[in-house]
Amino acid sequence: MPDQTQSAPLLSVSGLTVSFKTERGTASAINGVDFDLKRGEVLCLLGESGSGKSVTLRALMRLLPERRSRIAGKVLLNGEDVYAVPERRMEKLRGKAISMVFQEPMLALDPVYTIGHQIAETIVRHEGIAFADAERRALDLLERVQIPSAKRRLKAYPHEMSGGMRQRAMIALALSCNPALLLADEPTTALDATVQMQILLLLRQLQAELDMAVILVTHDIGVAAETADRVAVMYAGRFVELGTARQVLKDPQHPYTAGLLASTVHGNMRGHALEAIPGAPPDLTNLPSGCAYAPRCPHADAHCTAAPPSETWLEPGRMARCVRARVPAAAPV
Amino acid sequence: MDATAIKPSSLERPRAARSPGYWSKVGRRLLRDPVTMGCLAVLLLIVLSAIFADVLAPADPYKASMIRRLKPIGTPNHPLGTDELGRDMLTRLLYGGRMSLVMGILPVLNALVIGGLLGIVAGFFGGRLNMAIMRTIDVLYAFPSVLLAVAISGALGSGLTNAIVALTIVFVPPLARIAETVTTQVRGMDFVDAARASGAGSFTIIRVHLLPNVLGPIFVYASSLISVSIILASGLSFLGLGVEPPQAEWGLMLNTLRQAIYVQPWVAVLPGALIFLTSICCNLASDGLRTAMEVKL
Repeated sequence: MPDQTQSAPLLSVSGLTVSFKTERGTASAINGVDFDLKRGEVLCLLGESGSGKSVTLRALMRLLPERRSRIAGKVLLNGEDVYAVPERRMEKLRGKAISMVFQEPMLALDPVYTIGHQIAETIVRHEGIAFADAERRALDLLERVQIPSAKRRLKAYPHEMSGGMRQRAMIALALSCNPALLLADEPTTALDATVQMQILLLLRQLQAELDMAVILVTHDIGVAAETADRVAVMYAGRFVELGTARQVLKDPQHPYTAGLLASTVHGNMRGHALEAIPGAPPDLTNLPSGCAYAPRCPHADAHCTAAPPSETWLEPGRMARCVRARVPAAAPV
Repeated sequence: MDATAIKPSSLERPRAARSPGYWSKVGRRLLRDPVTMGCLAVLLLIVLSAIFADVLAPADPYKASMIRRLKPIGTPNHPLGTDELGRDMLTRLLYGGRMSLVMGILPVLNALVIGGLLGIVAGFFGGRLNMAIMRTIDVLYAFPSVLLAVAISGALGSGLTNAIVALTIVFVPPLARIAETVTTQVRGMDFVDAARASGAGSFTIIRVHLLPNVLGPIFVYASSLISVSIILASGLSFLGLGVEPPQAEWGLMLNTLRQAIYVQPWVAVLPGALIFLTSICCNLASDGLRTAMEVKL
């Protein structure tokens, strides 16, 4: 896409909010997310279940059910407003400009078609080339994602493959039209530990080869450390901390990030009990008026419950949404 | 050591041979199932003999003879005997098969199209449309199927077309319900989202991803309804609501021969036996088909 200058961000999200109408009231899944993503950059969204990571991804692709969700804010992809273009144009963008790898590859692949057919189908849809040519491209893709004896796998059904292989096929499907931005929704969660690493390395390698931007959703800090350029920590539908992977993981500014890091297994921990963050994530239909993390935060005081803390930019590209973040020297933990 | 070295290649070979498509796989599974193959063979025989009834039949199905009434099985020129009007039983059974099969298959096919469409639309679009369609269907569901069939064809009057319409209406609700349930299930699966994420529109999703996943279960269920339809159709004819005499139809023949049951029980039982044979073969074949189509196992 040469029409864009190098400096312009590939993806620019501002003031994104998403809420769902449920029987118990309105659930505010995302409460104001702003970020830019450069071409070829890997951003990791970190957070526990229900913090809005997956919803953010789906909102970026305009995949949320339109009847039941209210979406506000602006998502600019390559300068195009995702929520302003007609559905037809969006269908063109999906798969070609922006594409997605799902968490559970067994469910995300159609059981009645072979892998090769599904990949070729997507290519034909976007590029209108002959099916046979598309199948040849599918073979290249399967080789690219390092599926052994790719030629044979082309004709395999999803249920005939192992979990890791399926996820590779899913990645091949997502890459079929050279997207500029790949969204990966916990791509390794459904896989066993040995395969997880292989898939991550593959993603990282493909990302570098194809110079593609990736947003990787995970609740595994190890994954974030291993793959991300930048890390955003989400809590209750907001970014509570944003920075380079090194900054966020080495020097967490938000007590939630610190809590997440403390509750993770890392080297030389034998004999120590893991620290857990007390309490549970807030009820999204009834968010606290102040900082959403205040009820669980060991440092919370009157300031925190009075009003939601605003973003504090410690340096360019480094943000923490905490009243205490103003004094970097007195960082908690 | 040698044995372990050989293993991988011997494991891989059948997988390589697996490459042909879904239907050839289903076919191969069916071939390995003797019961289903037997039933399919019998069904094929019944269908063929019905199609070629005018070639195979030894006599005129409508030619009555007062002297040769109710001859037993094995009478010269009448291998299966004659009915209460002296007409050749074999001929009438062959011709009757035409009517019975038409009455068995046509209503199910109609209902498959109508009910399947209603169910898929209701399941895919959900919301109010689903409510409207499925609650209307539920009203029809409230009646026992035999009662509904009798009531509708009673209201429409007797005759082949009306009987088919009545049976179609009877079979729409169960097929619509199955289609709706399966569609709702499939629609919620990740691969539908994945298809949307790769840029497919609603129509493409219905055509490419929904239909193939939904049609299998509906189709298998419909094939099991054929036997019900044959029996219901025979019941309607028996009550005088379906095919009208002198047309040959198994249910109708059973009806007219019932007074002869003390005179020639074996002849009188023949149409019933054929109804039984056809419907049990349909059921067993549809069971076998369901098993064979679950390639995902």
